[in-house]
Amino acid sequence: MPNLNYFKLPDVGEGLLEAEIVSWKVKPGDTVAINDVIVEIETAKSIVELPSPFAGVVAQLMVAEGDTVEVGTPIFAVGSDASTPVAEEALSPAPAAEAEAEVMKPLVGSGPKADAVKRRPRISSAPAVVQVAAASPAPVVTPAATPAPTSSLESAKANRVLAKPPVRKAAKDLGINLADVTPTGLRGEITKKDLLGYQEQRVADQGQVGTFWAPSTASGLADDARVERIKVKGVRKATAKAMVESAFSAPHVSIFVDVDASRTMEFVKRLKVSRDFEGIKVSPLLILAKAVIWAAARNPSVNATWAGDEIIVKHFMNLGIAAATPRGLMVPNIKDAQDLSLKELAIALNALATTARAGKTQPADMQGGSLTVTNIGVLGIDTGTPIINPGEVAIVAFGTIKLKPWVVEGEVVPRWITTLGGSFDHRVVDGDLSARFMADVAAIMEEPALLLD
Amino acid sequence: MGAAQQSASDKNASAHGTGGGGTSRPDAGISAGVLQNNQVGEGDMIQLLDAHGKRQAESTFGPYIDALDAETIRGFYRDMATVRRFDVEATALQRQGELALWVPVVGQEAAQIGSGSAMVPADYAFPTYREHGVALTRGLDLADLLKLFRGVSNGGWDPREKNFHLYTLVLAAQTPHAVGYAMGIQRDLAADPTTEPAAVVVYFGDGSSSEGDVHESMVFAASYDAPVVFFCQNNNWAISVPFEVQSKIPLVNRAGGYGIPGIRVDGNDVLAVYAVTKWALEHARNGHGPVLIEASTYRVGAHTTADDPTKYRRAAEEEIWKAKDPLERLETYLRAEGLADEAFFEQVKNDGDELAAHVRSATLALGGADIRQKFATVYAEAHPLVAEELAWFENYQASFTDNETEQGGAA
Repeated sequence: MPNLNYFKLPDVGEGLLEAEIVSWKVKPGDTVAINDVIVEIETAKSIVELPSPFAGVVAQLMVAEGDTVEVGTPIFAVGSDASTPVAEEALSPAPAAEAEAEVMKPLVGSGPKADAVKRRPRISSAPAVVQVAAASPAPVVTPAATPAPTSSLESAKANRVLAKPPVRKAAKDLGINLADVTPTGLRGEITKKDLLGYQEQRVADQGQVGTFWAPSTASGLADDARVERIKVKGVRKATAKAMVESAFSAPHVSIFVDVDASRTMEFVKRLKVSRDFEGIKVSPLLILAKAVIWAAARNPSVNATWAGDEIIVKHFMNLGIAAATPRGLMVPNIKDAQDLSLKELAIALNALATTARAGKTQPADMQGGSLTVTNIGVLGIDTGTPIINPGEVAIVAFGTIKLKPWVVEGEVVPRWITTLGGSFDHRVVDGDLSARFMADVAAIMEEPALLLD
Repeated sequence: MGAAQQSASDKNASAHGTGGGGTSRPDAGISAGVLQNNQVGEGDMIQLLDAHGKRQAESTFGPYIDALDAETIRGFYRDMATVRRFDVEATALQRQGELALWVPVVGQEAAQIGSGSAMVPADYAFPTYREHGVALTRGLDLADLLKLFRGVSNGGWDPREKNFHLYTLVLAAQTPHAVGYAMGIQRDLAADPTTEPAAVVVYFGDGSSSEGDVHESMVFAASYDAPVVFFCQNNNWAISVPFEVQSKIPLVNRAGGYGIPGIRVDGNDVLAVYAVTKWALEHARNGHGPVLIEASTYRVGAHTTADDPTKYRRAAEEEIWKAKDPLERLETYLRAEGLADEAFFEQVKNDGDELAAHVRSATLALGGADIRQKFATVYAEAHPLVAEELAWFENYQASFTDNETEQGGAA
């Protein structure tokens, strides 16, 4: 065998113990020069490229993509001439005689992941302990290596969340995925405040379950101490008034349509990784909002107000988004949403949600709405009959999107299905108009490319 | 007052005029005892070569460049390209496990080559840990810089040979040292008037500017008229902390508080940096006291090889600064003015590769660090406690079954 130069995984940070092999940039048989990039690795600190310290021909790649190996582990070998490549050996254990077992240890291991921190074996007087220590590095070799799913990693990279290390640590401790938190930092980074605000909301949502039931002591009648009386005021009062006014003055007609939103899901996925949308949160709600604006232009009477002796049709779209806020239900709207590009609309939706979640929605944000969307899907609900926001004649409820069996060309296939529900004021919007409007919205969800029309 | 710039924008007025909340407090106005607007604004800086490589006229600093011959200006380019090539090699060596850490300089070449070239041999430089370009202008063998980062030396060179101090890793700690050295120069001159006049350049960054040491240094320097130039490379990022957190206004304005001249310069314009540093050094050497220079530049790479800037800043920001690249603009200028031909740029590239090969082989020849040497240099003489600790450590090292040190990189 010709002489091989082995490259051991270095500590590329300060005091790192291991790294994951993200992707190989060469294959056995490739000729490399000094400083040619060989492999991309990810450590706890960063993703970095490792350049070759050797010139020659790549003989072996000794670790599979996706595997995590300790610092000091040989990860590739370079030989001096073209006769050296041993491609098969790259992904299978080499004969133990060829090199010390240490070199050949972590080939295509996909066995149970060991502790992140491994201690160097110590000399001990108890032989049993030595045996255990010696046995532990034995490789668990799976014959068929599954290629690492790099696509998810790629998208994670392209759509990276900005946050400082203490915030990352805090999020990890709290078990919060930073991607779920809306950033408000100067440069789009998630601040500690954002994280704590998110946590507070989460705790408020889930926290009260354990202490809800009070022990049985009395009758259950009005004087029962277990009855909690909540004063109706503020937003609760306003919501109640508006809903009664709407439900009992506008004759509601509700219709529903099931939609295959798979293409919307794909579109959203592509937007998320596109450079143009870097740092902007994109969700299917964005496409729905765009669809509603598009459909309203084709069926203008849904974007109107009933005024008794006249119908006021609005040639602008102040798109309302129903939002659960710390203070209660709010319906702020995006002014002149018809003029916004997809990106601008995404930014506006994010800003609206951030403001609402922070309880900072201003009265002006809620006035002059022309049509409303309520996103009940975020709570996992399929559909419902929404009540129209007073002063408007239509509302669209956006149900959850989940994989369901769907018939495509006679075959049952899993597709991303959602249900759209719409309520309309029958004084203004008749059955056929509401149906056409909903069908238009559904058409966009099925094929967002129609927006290009 | 020297070169301190007056800002055209009336920043104070707008800052005070709009008070938040219902009750509006009257503006302090132009009264005795009220600080008035005397600020260098965001956009103000000395620039002799714009981002497109076009020479700009400037009456105070322009003449310093007019006096230079083509060979000197080509030298600026050669040095910037050399240090950039060196930086690439050192980064690769770190990735190969040959260095524990590296501190990339890419993006700041003009600030370093320009200021370093303005010094004369008798001047003395106090670097941070990123002044690889200044080291080159002082005549160091760049391979020596890597000894510290390989852990084989606490220094790497004799600072007295080229008047280039050892790298300082503790932020801003070099600033009081520099002022003390400058005060020493003053005393040498007083004791022996035939001593060659000299000045000190002390380097620090926007992050260090927030350290108390810098404040104390500037107070002492101003009080004693010490011949020191405070050269701040404001590269906009203190690891992950953006410059806006360090100061609401350009740092140069702080000079006014100490009563010393301040100059804000385009740190990616090597000609402007050279000229303003030359001016400041003459000011200091001639006994007029310290000067603060704020060089506006950008750390294009990571803070160190252990840092990942994509976690705290956007690619778009990096792109904006890459468009202001110091090497590209000087190359454009040299070509447009016919000061350099293709053969020159070819030669610079080849020389850079040669230097890189030298740095690589010199580093690999350094071998590994000897831990005993660390114990041996704690005290000048043998010490029982150190001896005891060394014995404990050796015993500990010997307790492992794999009695080879865990060393990454080339085997």
